Amino acid sequence: MRQVHAPIPLPDPDATDALARRFAPLLGPGDVLLLEGQIGAGKTHFARALIRALGVTEDVPSPTFTLVQTYEADFEIWHADLYRLSHPDEAIELGLAEAFETALCLVEWPEKLGEDRPKQALTLRFSLIGEGREVVCLSENNEWETRLAGL
Amino acid sequence: MLTLLGIESSCDDTGAAVVRLKGDAGEVLSNVVAGQTELHAAFGGVVPEIAARAHAEKLDIVVEEALAQANVRLGDLDAIAVTAGPGLIGGVLSGVMLAKGLSVATGLPLVGVNHLAGHALTPRLTDGLTFPYLMLLVSGGHCQFLRVDGPEDFTRLGGTIDDAPGEAFDKCAKLLGLPQPGGPSVEAEAKAGDPKRFAFPRPLLDRPGCDLSFSGLKTALMRARDGVVAEKGGLTRQDRADLCAGFQAAIADTLAEKSRRALALCPDATAFAVAGGVAANATLRERLTKVAGNTPFVAPPLRLCTDNAAMIAWAGIERLRLGHHDDLTLSARPRWPLDQKAAPLIGSGKRGAKA
Repeated sequence: MRQVHAPIPLPDPDATDALARRFAPLLGPGDVLLLEGQIGAGKTHFARALIRALGVTEDVPSPTFTLVQTYEADFEIWHADLYRLSHPDEAIELGLAEAFETALCLVEWPEKLGEDRPKQALTLRFSLIGEGREVVCLSENNEWETRLAGL
Repeated sequence: MLTLLGIESSCDDTGAAVVRLKGDAGEVLSNVVAGQTELHAAFGGVVPEIAARAHAEKLDIVVEEALAQANVRLGDLDAIAVTAGPGLIGGVLSGVMLAKGLSVATGLPLVGVNHLAGHALTPRLTDGLTFPYLMLLVSGGHCQFLRVDGPEDFTRLGGTIDDAPGEAFDKCAKLLGLPQPGGPSVEAEAKAGDPKRFAFPRPLLDRPGCDLSFSGLKTALMRARDGVVAEKGGLTRQDRADLCAGFQAAIADTLAEKSRRALALCPDATAFAVAGGVAANATLRERLTKVAGNTPFVAPPLRLCTDNAAMIAWAGIERLRLGHHDDLTLSARPRWPLDQKAAPLIGSGKRGAKA
């Protein structure tokens, strides 16, 4: 994987919300965003802001317990948290492989996918920097560089 | 007299139960859960049983076991109740298919139950509450205040806009190297701690309404922990106890204040019922009991607050008494909010204003 955009500073929650709003128009069905980072790095916050920016007005609860929450916007959105999974096969049981093709998928703790990590995916790596946060955009697919140019 | 079989397979556990209604009182004749609780600690979290196959393999066994323990045959039942959502679709489907099969084979009515309605109606099974009552429902990833006016009449007064308290406790434990599940371990650690040493936020207290937020608390805990580590190069037991005590106090203050507001919105409530792990935490329970004041405080036993099939059988009885049941068109629903008329929690309009 290589960086497909310069690191983006996220000094406060509003900056994360604003980034999600800039991301929203760039995304569609078949896109997979893998959200990496330790507990509290801001993965769920970003996912929630993005789902709302895509027009979903209902609750966006954390998927940690439910594993997957799905939403209907102009297309289907899957918000998954794989933290509780113990084997990559379980992601298949969840129906994720199919959703990768047909829905916009936001996947927290994608490390649990192991070998099944989709190659076309965009990885957003969140980290804590001082009082704020930062996100790095990585992918094996160079197309993301073009797509994120206007971010 | 009504006797129902209940089937639950919407999340981690597979369950079946037989509940009987005599007069106005429900009696749990059996309540079988094939769960994995004993594995939780080993895996640092709740290991989900996500596979539809796994549920399907256990379902007929737990149903047989529930019938045997209740000393009831299929022919003695009046209906089959089953969780039809919300939850992981594979699990819900397995339960619904089994219930349909049993319904066809026996000619018994099929009653589809909303899993959350099962939780919300449990205080009527355990304590015979009358409508309306206020419910603080805390289970799995859920945390919401509900006004309950009838078996199918729920008004959502507010809820968490991010993490549920159980999740906050689990993540707090994780961040401090304490065992899972986090609720009991953080509570035990907090006993020796000073809740005032670290200043944790009280999220959303400055905003009107009954919504809750616990995600920021997790961040605050992490910063406080890192602050101590940076200063001393590590955490002492006392540091950890103080962090837990402060964290728990912040959750207690937030839940207490939001409960006070929810109670103010339901002056006619016959009781304040708290279901879930929150009521198992002595500090939280004491605060919520105090807030309830003259309104009776009710906390069903924990085994009936975690996912179980007795609550599904009971909710089925409640629906059946209203003359409601389903047929073979009953479908499994991954999403199924209890209160369909509730406004979204936050963010509507955010898109236009700040885009």
